[in-house]
Amino acid sequence: MPFKELNTVMKKSLFFSAAIASLTAMPLVATAADIKIGFVTTLTTGGAVIGNDMRDAVNLAVEQLDSTMGGKSFEIIFEDDGFKPEIGKQATEKLVKEDNVDIVAGYIWSNVLMASYKAVTRADKVIISANAGPSAIAGKLCHENFFSTSWQNDQTPMAMGELLNARGVKSLYMMAPNYAAGKDMVAGVERTFKGEFAGKDLTKWGADAQLDFSAELAKAKASGADGLVVFYPGKAGGAFIKQYQQAGLSGQLPLYTIFTVDSLSLPNLQKANMDGILGSEMSMFWGPDLDNPTNQQFVAAFKEKYNRYPSHYAAQSYDAINLIASAANALDGDFSDTGKVREALMKADFESIRGSFEFGSNHMPIQNFYARKVVADDNGDWTTSITKTVFESHQDVYAAECKL
Amino acid sequence: MNGVPTLHRIGGGLVLLLILFTPFVMLWLGKPFWLDIFTRLVILAIAASSLSLLLSVAGLASFGHAAYIGLGAYAVGIPVYYETYGGADWLASYSGWWHVLLGVTVCALFALVTGAISLRTKGVHFIMITMAFSQMILYLLVALEEFGGDDGLSVDLRSEFVVPGAQVLGIPALNMEEPWVFYLVCFAMLLLVLFIVAKLRHSHFGRVLQAAKQNELRVKALGINPYRYRLLAFVVAGIFAGLSGILFANYAYFVSPSMVEWTRSGELMFMVILGGVSTLFGPVVGASVFVLLEHFLSRFTVFWHLPFGILLLVVVLFGRGGIIGMLKREPKT
Amino acid sequence: MDWTLVLTQAINGLQLGILLFLLSAGLTLTFGIMDLINLAHASFFMLGAFICAWATLYFDSFVVGIVCAILGTALLALIVEKTVISHLYVRDHLDQLLATFGLILIADTAVHLIWGPAGLAIPLPSQLQGQVRFGELVVPTYRLVIIGVGLLIAATLYWLVNKTRAGMLIRAGASNRQMLSTLGINVKLLFTSVFILGAVLAGLGGLLIAPITEASIGMGNDIIITAFVVIIIGGIGSIKGAFVAALLIGFIDTFGRAFLDTIFALFMSVDSAETAAPAVSAILVYLLMALILVWRPQGLFPPKLR
Repeated sequence: MPFKELNTVMKKSLFFSAAIASLTAMPLVATAADIKIGFVTTLTTGGAVIGNDMRDAVNLAVEQLDSTMGGKSFEIIFEDDGFKPEIGKQATEKLVKEDNVDIVAGYIWSNVLMASYKAVTRADKVIISANAGPSAIAGKLCHENFFSTSWQNDQTPMAMGELLNARGVKSLYMMAPNYAAGKDMVAGVERTFKGEFAGKDLTKWGADAQLDFSAELAKAKASGADGLVVFYPGKAGGAFIKQYQQAGLSGQLPLYTIFTVDSLSLPNLQKANMDGILGSEMSMFWGPDLDNPTNQQFVAAFKEKYNRYPSHYAAQSYDAINLIASAANALDGDFSDTGKVREALMKADFESIRGSFEFGSNHMPIQNFYARKVVADDNGDWTTSITKTVFESHQDVYAAECKL
Repeated sequence: MNGVPTLHRIGGGLVLLLILFTPFVMLWLGKPFWLDIFTRLVILAIAASSLSLLLSVAGLASFGHAAYIGLGAYAVGIPVYYETYGGADWLASYSGWWHVLLGVTVCALFALVTGAISLRTKGVHFIMITMAFSQMILYLLVALEEFGGDDGLSVDLRSEFVVPGAQVLGIPALNMEEPWVFYLVCFAMLLLVLFIVAKLRHSHFGRVLQAAKQNELRVKALGINPYRYRLLAFVVAGIFAGLSGILFANYAYFVSPSMVEWTRSGELMFMVILGGVSTLFGPVVGASVFVLLEHFLSRFTVFWHLPFGILLLVVVLFGRGGIIGMLKREPKT
Repeated sequence: MDWTLVLTQAINGLQLGILLFLLSAGLTLTFGIMDLINLAHASFFMLGAFICAWATLYFDSFVVGIVCAILGTALLALIVEKTVISHLYVRDHLDQLLATFGLILIADTAVHLIWGPAGLAIPLPSQLQGQVRFGELVVPTYRLVIIGVGLLIAATLYWLVNKTRAGMLIRAGASNRQMLSTLGINVKLLFTSVFILGAVLAGLGGLLIAPITEASIGMGNDIIITAFVVIIIGGIGSIKGAFVAALLIGFIDTFGRAFLDTIFALFMSVDSAETAAPAVSAILVYLLMALILVWRPQGLFPPKLR
């Protein structure tokens, strides 16, 4: 008996080993493109709403460039971060080490970016954030190989504080999720808002994030504030708006939002008849109606192709690809010298959806910030419209801490 | 009957050899990324093995094992952070010895306190109370703004293991920054943990635990209090998981509260069950299958959770005793 | 102290408690009677919300949406029970955890494939959109609806479990499983029925909360852990325990979020209170469970005669 058993165990172990071996040795799909760009974003879980929008914008850019930059063919390799720093980090390592990409872009979440960027910089390649902008990487951890086509976290809430001053808000209630970016948002508003805080709430975030804000809304209402500012990205945003309206706060406590209401959440809000959001204002570096030819072209093409408005996530991703293309054009598609790639990127010589594009010393954009209002467009679809310029050529405060 | 453990050892040895050599073969083939995957695989195998000490030997289904990974990881992250950016001189250091001492102490203490409380409960209550303690660590880490809160902390340099006097003797210091050196360190740690778990299984200590798992009354009737044995097992498992956390922080150059989410504890449990609860090498096989499947399925489709979920169902419904159990079963004649 | 605010928070706490109860009732029954740890309970919570949202938008009627969601979750529960769950009753808890986690992955991905990643909003009929005023107190109408429906379901369950023959069997099963088969009861049928009942209750919970938060992928996974905390505190298998514990947690969680920073500010600086309060209020529920388990390892209302 033992011999027979030995035989089966050996056989099966060998089979198991062979299975692993054959899996690991599986040939990769060979790619013919000269230039490879990795793009890390969220393609699974609820965060995929944002990731899909970014991917659509990237694909639009690829189509418009006809898969060619600097005279060379290029391709985008998308990777999913699964909304987790650890998975995002591994995806980044894969792009750098296995796919041997020339440049990595993407990154929605600050924590995924923080976990991943070293994998790129250590390989002496360039990483471009198309969304995340934590203070550390704009300031003391800034890196010569890191660039951003979005913004630093503090900038948008700082614009919000300024907007509140302009709107005559004296007493403010603020709500945000209890994580690093949420706290950055609160701190940002505090920097520029001149009135007083009637109260603020940091709500539970993460795997079992709080989506019922009844307790906080009741407090906000009782506080006697004349303005309410919230930061709730993703699905929490839609949930918040519904409860804001259901609590009957719409005419009573004017709502201002940061990264909460966008073209991803508005169609859903419209379907649910949440008309309390119409007319509410937000601060943002961009809007679908921002008046410059590149942006008009981008928004029209995006709507044509996907039948919806692009979000700012899409706009930033579109800029990221075109920024890379500008470098490729300057270098005739040769990304082998990272120093030259940096120089070419730094010039930012491309048609941006912002109109003009300029990097600060820490490789974060120096840009305008606007106030946007939720409106219905000519077809009755809800969108946002720019009402005023809040900041001109604004640079983030952490640039001073960056020793580049 | 006598042959079975030997057979198991042969099979296990093969798996370990395969894990050891595959990344180097891939490196030679010009695919350095595999070293990353296998490093992660080995670290998770350490954590899963430590959990199996509780799960299969002592019959204690801890659902809060991720807390120790987190504590171990922050025992690297915090000293490195202070050493790099200044502050808290008594804590700041790049020294791996200090990280290990810190991580092991913190994990042992946490295991001792929470274990003393949790072990008063049984079954699903034990599962839930261990998870509750782990959630408390999660929210504590999220609240630590100094260390990045939810965003986590970058670990700028890996732990340095300098043996005093070694340089004088001409022995070069361990360069943990070199990926293959680091991989070998992780692998050695896995061997050490497996060795200790194997020894513990067959010791008096392990036998008491196994006996108490099957029949607590009989053990008590012999005048032995299983509580103390279980508490010790809980502390030992906590320390091993802490070690895997220390390695994880070094591997990822990053620590964050997301390491402590309950889904991570769940994943570890699934690795142990997937591989086969009652065996020494089960957790290693489970971790390997988990990591490799995750990698390959996610490459084919972003909807890889679907085949993965179906696989879990199939293993549970048709493959009792996990993958090792399936391998061991005699073919039908 | 602002008493209107306290009262508003009490109503919010009650609503959260009711929702937790809907989710926990099925969980505690399947656990108590079939000894089944069912993580996939979370998926029925999500499916109830998605089916309701889809049907509401498709047929343009919230009522039709609710009916579709109840029938849909019941049908899905029947299929899942027959194909997977029925094989798990005889297995140990770890196998059950693994298999039902597999079910969650399957359900989440299926929903992603069918309805996309964005989630669905449920438009409420305009009668439910408004607010009700009691003097100074203003409460969203829909929240009162949730509380009303929840209490009605709780009362029905109480009647079902305590006054009917089916309920007698359920109680008997929760306290002594072997007894059922010796009594010649069709155990299979009972198990299937209880599983479907639990799934429908979870689906109801999901569709009730969806107009507030919207239906989203994994929405049940976020709350299932709290539901487990509820049934542990209440005592496994006890509907009464689940009800009491759900309300307890609803109140503690809501009041913790609402007033902890004010309370902390009494003995520390405002800044540290603002930092400490969210962390402490997040762990309050777990702290409560740990304390109760130390004090009463079987929970508050364990069914007798185990």
